[in-house]
Amino acid sequence: MKLLLSSLLTTTMLLAAGAASAQEFRIGLQEDPDVLDPHKSRTFVGRLVYASLCDKLIDVDAELKFVPRVATDWSWNEDNTKLTFTIRDDMTFHDGTKLDAAAVVANLERARTLPDSLRKSELTSVTGVEAPDATTVVLTLAQPDATLLAQLSDRAGMLLSPATFESDIGTNPVCSGPYKSVSRVQNDRIVLEKFANHPDADDYHFERLVFQPIPDSTVRLANLRAGDLDMLERLNPSDAAAVRDDENLQFMPIAGLGYQGITINTSGEGDGDNPLGTDKRVRQALQLAIGRDIINEVVGNGLFEPAQQPFPPASPYNSDDYPVVTRDVEAAKALLAEAGHERVAFTLSFGNNTTATAINELIQAMATEAGLDISLQPTEFAAMQQEMQAGNYQAAQIGWSGRVDPDGNLHQFVTCEGTLNDSNYCNEEVDRLLNEARETPDPEARLPLYNQAQAILQDDLPIIYVYHQPWPFVLASNVEGFQPYPDGMLRLKGVTMAE
Amino acid sequence: MLKIIARRVFVAIPTLVLVTLIVFGLQKILPGDPLLTMAGEERDPQVLAFLREKYRLDDPFHVQYLAWLGNVLTGDFGNSLRTGVPVSTLIAQKLPVTLQLAVMAIIMAMLIGIPAGIIAAVRKGTVTDYAANAVALSGMSIPNFWLGIILIMIVSVQWRLLPASGYVPLTEDPLQSLRTMLMPSFVLGTALAAYLMRHTRSAMLGVLTSDYIRTARAKGLLPKTVILKHALRNALMPIVTLSTLLFGELLAGAVLTEQVFTIPGFGKLIVDAVFTRDYAVVQGVVLCTAVGFIFMNLIADVLYILINPRLRHPQ
Repeated sequence: MKLLLSSLLTTTMLLAAGAASAQEFRIGLQEDPDVLDPHKSRTFVGRLVYASLCDKLIDVDAELKFVPRVATDWSWNEDNTKLTFTIRDDMTFHDGTKLDAAAVVANLERARTLPDSLRKSELTSVTGVEAPDATTVVLTLAQPDATLLAQLSDRAGMLLSPATFESDIGTNPVCSGPYKSVSRVQNDRIVLEKFANHPDADDYHFERLVFQPIPDSTVRLANLRAGDLDMLERLNPSDAAAVRDDENLQFMPIAGLGYQGITINTSGEGDGDNPLGTDKRVRQALQLAIGRDIINEVVGNGLFEPAQQPFPPASPYNSDDYPVVTRDVEAAKALLAEAGHERVAFTLSFGNNTTATAINELIQAMATEAGLDISLQPTEFAAMQQEMQAGNYQAAQIGWSGRVDPDGNLHQFVTCEGTLNDSNYCNEEVDRLLNEARETPDPEARLPLYNQAQAILQDDLPIIYVYHQPWPFVLASNVEGFQPYPDGMLRLKGVTMAE
Repeated sequence: MLKIIARRVFVAIPTLVLVTLIVFGLQKILPGDPLLTMAGEERDPQVLAFLREKYRLDDPFHVQYLAWLGNVLTGDFGNSLRTGVPVSTLIAQKLPVTLQLAVMAIIMAMLIGIPAGIIAAVRKGTVTDYAANAVALSGMSIPNFWLGIILIMIVSVQWRLLPASGYVPLTEDPLQSLRTMLMPSFVLGTALAAYLMRHTRSAMLGVLTSDYIRTARAKGLLPKTVILKHALRNALMPIVTLSTLLFGELLAGAVLTEQVFTIPGFGKLIVDAVFTRDYAVVQGVVLCTAVGFIFMNLIADVLYILINPRLRHPQ
């Protein structure tokens, strides 16, 4: 009887312990992710979910260095045209099928060939993918590609179960990550459940993850305060002070990989035919008129780290040669005078939201003092994108979510044929340097190329970088072990919740 | 009766066609290219070309419209450009949410608005009347999102009584479902209650001064009976019409309230769809809410006849 009682007691205790660890972790997102197919998806917020759902070949650490994930090792051949990965052999997909080299090949082929794959442009240098044995994958390249590892550390390197390629991946993605997909209701929630067969399963301490898109930052914060969420991403800077003072919350902001800046139409034709677009001295005057530190203090509440370069502060390519230009109204006026203008007027478009409005009104006020008369044009975002691509704008305040590799933050924006070159900027030397940098995997040889390109771009200023996009995370005080990364992803390995 | 309904349904068809034409046309006028949102930040020209072809975005207006209409007639509303989910699935997911919110909000509105209107009418010119009017006016004037955020701050964050936001289906957990919907339906309800109160009051005032009420009072009937049985029933017509039409409007989704309380209903769906130029979703949802609105109009007509026997045998 005693034995029975004690065993009952033990079972109850075990059950109770089990219940305690069977925790749910609820994350408040700013938007609802788009289609959850890594080869087709396009939003930052979708990547937040992938970080728990889908494994990728390699990952990046807090210093933006590449670290093993599904691939334990990788190496280049002598002329940098073959990249060989060693795949770990203890992994399965959520549907129980084996994750081997053949599965990796199938995924890379899908990313390369699917007609609406958004990864295609990221893998253009790859001409062939082969699996000589079950743990080796070899990528053959048309020419050396320094950006490839960075691409493979993100969605292009994510792995879906090939057995599910024909199914409805967007609503039920089958990957190999530490959590598997349970359900999704658009605009409401995405629920993931722990995948017990993941090799690192012991380091993931939550049984379920619930991602809830709550677009209003104030409401997102209220949910966290009310205990209906355990963490949230992208706090509105205006709430930063209140969160810093709240003992029940942990504030963990980090400067991200992206930037916000002013893109200027330098085409010299149509809307680009104005002093700002045609004379770099006017653009330099604009840069001198703007106090990036003032924007950080007034609108950013200390979260908008001033940016002078497209590369994130964590990147080794962020050069010391170009410190952030500080506001100098007199110098700006002098430059304008040198260019033969007393005052210059232009229109600045921006995506219509409260933070952007505050920033641009501040820019307008600062520029006026230096002789630049800005008329602000708040525009709905999709409409602004179209106008910019068509060249129907003078200047636009817009951002870029950022990439790990320096190429992703610069090449397409400033090379003559770049698909994102809305400035219509074209400089042969910049093209040559950036194309060469693209094909130079050795960081030592690559760095000077970017420095030389920056020397030209910092003078010409087709884009004036204003601040680095922050990722302000807020967590409940009982969450332990969370570390923010510059790429803004949620790495939940080792994260626990105290009772 | 059936004849009236049949005629109404028949007349609704051109209205629906017109609605779809207007929505289709407006979307084409709207600046912004759906492909630019679909192709992501990278805007790969190859992908853009493929998508343009796939979604027939270069076809002339009438070809696109007729293709869409043809599909709708076979029950195919197309897929969301943003998530790839069929629009019919989205509507099936959001309809119960919107319906539940609409039903709870209209009940809330009627529970507050009609009694307040009656009391204000009976006590015309007294402090009670003015107080009811003041409450009604503030109900109409206070923005929903503000009231919503204040309620979340007080009820959820400070008192921790109700969940701050989100949605739980009725079928999953009825109690929790009602708890999550209580604040949003209250916010929506108070605004609508104001309209109902004003209309109830004026309808009651009209009836209360009529001869038969004086007769009823002279007969010595209890004031309660006079007001509720004799006056209210005759004052009910405009109230019923208004309630049904308000309900029809609720079916189109309550954008701001849904946004604040993160309720995945029609309002949020359609606003997101407009911003991402998700044409198929916008068209599908608008068509669906237009059908809902026309249906509620029909209900209002039927209720008229039920309440007012004089309309049953038109001469």
